[in-house]
Amino acid sequence: MISTSLTPLEVTLRAKRDAGRKLLVPYVTGGLKGWTDAIRAAAANGADVIEIGLPFSDPVMDGPIIQQASQQALDDGATPISILEGVRTLDVDVPLVVMCYYNTVHHAGHERFASQLFQAGIVGAIIPDLPLEESGPWCAAADAVGLATIMLAAPTAPDERLPRVCARARGFVYSVGLLGVTGERTELAATASLLAKRLKKVTDIPVIIGVGVSNSAQAVEACKVADGIVQGASVVRRLMEGGPDAVGAYVAEVRAAIDASTV
Amino acid sequence: MSISNQSIMSEPSESGRFGEFGGRFVPETLVPACQELEAAFREAWADPIFRAELDQLLKEYAGRPSMITECYQLGAKLGIRLVLKREDLNHTGSHKINNVLGQVLLAKRMGKKHIVAETGAGQHGVASATAAALMGMSCKVYMGAVDVERQGLNVFRMKLLGAEVEAVHSGSRTLKDAVNEAMRDWVASVESTHYCLGSVMGPHPYPWMVREFHRVIGSEAREQCLERYGSDPDFVVACVGGGSNALGIFSGFVDTKARLIGVEPAGGAAVGRGQPGVVHGMRSYLMQDEYGQVQEAHSISAGLDYPGVGPEHSYLASIGRAEYPTVTDTEVIEAFQLMAKTEGIIPALECAHALAWISREAPKMQGKTVLMNLSGRGDKDVGQMMEILG
Repeated sequence: MISTSLTPLEVTLRAKRDAGRKLLVPYVTGGLKGWTDAIRAAAANGADVIEIGLPFSDPVMDGPIIQQASQQALDDGATPISILEGVRTLDVDVPLVVMCYYNTVHHAGHERFASQLFQAGIVGAIIPDLPLEESGPWCAAADAVGLATIMLAAPTAPDERLPRVCARARGFVYSVGLLGVTGERTELAATASLLAKRLKKVTDIPVIIGVGVSNSAQAVEACKVADGIVQGASVVRRLMEGGPDAVGAYVAEVRAAIDASTV
Repeated sequence: MSISNQSIMSEPSESGRFGEFGGRFVPETLVPACQELEAAFREAWADPIFRAELDQLLKEYAGRPSMITECYQLGAKLGIRLVLKREDLNHTGSHKINNVLGQVLLAKRMGKKHIVAETGAGQHGVASATAAALMGMSCKVYMGAVDVERQGLNVFRMKLLGAEVEAVHSGSRTLKDAVNEAMRDWVASVESTHYCLGSVMGPHPYPWMVREFHRVIGSEAREQCLERYGSDPDFVVACVGGGSNALGIFSGFVDTKARLIGVEPAGGAAVGRGQPGVVHGMRSYLMQDEYGQVQEAHSISAGLDYPGVGPEHSYLASIGRAEYPTVTDTEVIEAFQLMAKTEGIIPALECAHALAWISREAPKMQGKTVLMNLSGRGDKDVGQMMEILG
């Protein structure tokens, strides 16, 4: 049953998904050199949602590339506040969500953090170290301001857990593509499609695969099952190596590839 | 007394809370593994066969019970009765072996093939490598690059024992980053691998399970003190990084009138200077900046170079049952030499923190009995001290 109070993010994503479009979610580490222009470039080249990472000192779900990006951003003085200020200046018409570790939320306080995000124009949050059982207080604060809490579902979850995770997810459910941390891999893990399939069986909410979807070919493969994909390390690496234009070109390439495969 | 001491240091709540501390803040990927571990531990801990097997290992392999030793010279000098619980005499040279034998035996029972561990000073890494060698499992130890540098002897010991040692170059390159890297490994290898966490920290059930594996320290010491002196000590003192040796010995005395003292390094005082935060799977006191970024700890002792603390310590501090003072590196270096010269015992730098506090506070404890957990021997620190003392 579909709740009557869908978050704005979910309304947008369901409409696009139902119109036959695969959802493309690039990730950019906030505060990293060129990050605001990278977001503009991603928005201009076919992103459906953009995920902005709030760098944390101890990112346990991230591999070397995003760790390095986070550390650079922190060394350059990035804070959650400075990044949210940057977000206000973006002026893009693509929904923006944040990815942050739970201590950033906990330290600010649930209600205060939810309201800070909302006021900056953020519409959702992904908190990779906040599992279902611990998510209650944050979800209540996020629900209160209409902010979507995007839950993660992992390949290790037993069948009975997935419907519970999906029931608590707003916006979309983040289907973790492999056993491991973020980073580029030579092949899409078999677990990626398997989990997305399991999720599609139990939920109508958009299912988006993230972690280990490393290029346009893998994006196409993942989109055969899922409603969309997150592109994290592959985007951040391009931002560090080639700047915002390289991000724009890459997002355009992935967009074209997944569009071509759905025709 | 209004708070029932019976309930303190028993089981945490269903969500793994000690008061408002603890919990299970891990990526979804690890939730089933933590649940599986909790169920396996609960079942094994209630199984007389598992307990007998572990007791036999503790006795015949680790060399338990560890003795208590009264420090007559040092005691006379300080005006107190100073008694050491000799965890330094265990196989591998510290208390860490108690927990590791328990966890690796449990991992084997669960059908796991590999062990990953983090280590600071190297004592937990050595203990993990030892238990893995004994029980025929492979072992990988993550160790901060800074610690690899200052604890070269332990790195070599781990390699001799067949473990793979991976130097961690991220963040502050010490214990906290070794924990991050071990958790990243575990996220990827969880189906075949047991994460052998080395302290009373991390997500539920670790803080509870590790404390239970170290409870033997306190149980033995309680009995030994009663037998030797006919009474409980007035003070029970231990160093605190994550806090496993302290909880081990505190567990034997929490229901007595003894004051429980956990000594933190001045540069890593999570309870003393931290605020509640969430990292490494648990809610506990944590050194962090105004935005919740975890701060780097700075201590002469690699084993205490940790910005957090086990959640049960946060709880014991919050209800006032235990106290958490700090000592400086300078006081620690003094204490290290004092014990060597007056008692012929070279303590681990970690334990020298406990002695530094005792020695500073002795004027206020005249005539009292002070039980200190000598949780490890100092051989590993001799190279570092050679440089410091010239």
